[in-house]
Amino acid sequence: MNVLPFTILVWLGGMAAGLLGSLTGLGGGVVIVPLLTLVFGVDIRYALGASLISVIATSSGAASAYVREGYSNIRIGMFLEIATTIGAIVGASLTTALPPGTIAVIFGGVLILSSYLSSRRPRDNPDCVPDRLTARLRMGGTYPTAEGEKPYHARNVLGGFGLMSVAGLLSGLLGIGSGALKVLAMDWIMCLPFKVSTTTSNFMIGVTAAASAGIYVGNGYIEPALAMPVVLGVLPGSMLGSRILGGASVRLLRLIFTLTILALGIEMIYNGLSGGF
Amino acid sequence: MIEERWTRMDRRLEVVIGYILRIGVITAAVIVLIGGVLYLIENGSTAPHYHTFYAASKHSDNLSGMARNIRALNSYGIIQLGLLVLIATPIVRVLFSVVAFALERDLLYVVATLIVLGILLYSLFVRGT
Repeated sequence: MNVLPFTILVWLGGMAAGLLGSLTGLGGGVVIVPLLTLVFGVDIRYALGASLISVIATSSGAASAYVREGYSNIRIGMFLEIATTIGAIVGASLTTALPPGTIAVIFGGVLILSSYLSSRRPRDNPDCVPDRLTARLRMGGTYPTAEGEKPYHARNVLGGFGLMSVAGLLSGLLGIGSGALKVLAMDWIMCLPFKVSTTTSNFMIGVTAAASAGIYVGNGYIEPALAMPVVLGVLPGSMLGSRILGGASVRLLRLIFTLTILALGIEMIYNGLSGGF
Repeated sequence: MIEERWTRMDRRLEVVIGYILRIGVITAAVIVLIGGVLYLIENGSTAPHYHTFYAASKHSDNLSGMARNIRALNSYGIIQLGLLVLIATPIVRVLFSVVAFALERDLLYVVATLIVLGILLYSLFVRGT
């Protein structure tokens, strides 16, 4: 196959990945890497590079819409980005040192884990009491609800910081956004409202991915001719996905997609172990 | 506990950040699209090489390689310029936040944001070349 048809197919694939990623709430990255490696036979290092770029694009694109609605908390996000960016640097450095097969196996494991995480019920935290540290860091705010602006407070920032480092590490290691893990750190550990957690997470994903991007660039992971159709496909795909999400009930769709991602995870592990990478 | 003043300032900050992100992504996408079309016109009928990883690409795709391609204004370089704008968008967002927190005289968050900015610049300019 020549470059032209290949590029068009990758572009369409990127669009499907963006759609799938935003409908499952997992982001385009977790779909684009298996798609490029398993279906298109792309080297996993180029796939990680293209995925990371698309993660920056979708995060920035989506955050530009969310941020105006007043849900995301810029202070909490910025503070936790210290953890995610350090984690990302470590993860991206690791990925350049590990054999491709190992990365594929870890990728598969994370896919399975995140499809489980995304199927958990959102936890809307009842009034949390801030602890000493979060009070000093002024980690709280208000968010819009049906009954008007509602105040909230964060707690256990150290626990959240710890899990955020892991989220950053996986983001750098696998070229993904690690959104599911970031949300977990905020709504489970730090006791933030679910909507605040998801939008702040989305907001943080772009900065986290940008921290890995330099290392990816330096190691030649970002092949422009491949990243081009991926980015141009994932962007409209994920925007379409968030439109659909806002409308009809999509529980059955979500279930089907979550199962698809589970299957992709198993396939990645199998291929990684059998030397397919 | 959380002063009204902070919340109001934060909302304004959020609106500006929203614009920065939107402009960055749209600009990047347009540049990548232009470069992509030119690239396909020039190379559309060649065979793709992404199946194997070339160690040599380390040198043509790293930051100095990108700068060379961009200066040469070839289609490859135009795509790379778009990708750089995309990578720079969150960095500009963080840079803007440093200024905004400084205007609010919020020293704690100025320091936190400067740490994040330092990590981002280290990755791009030290590890990217």
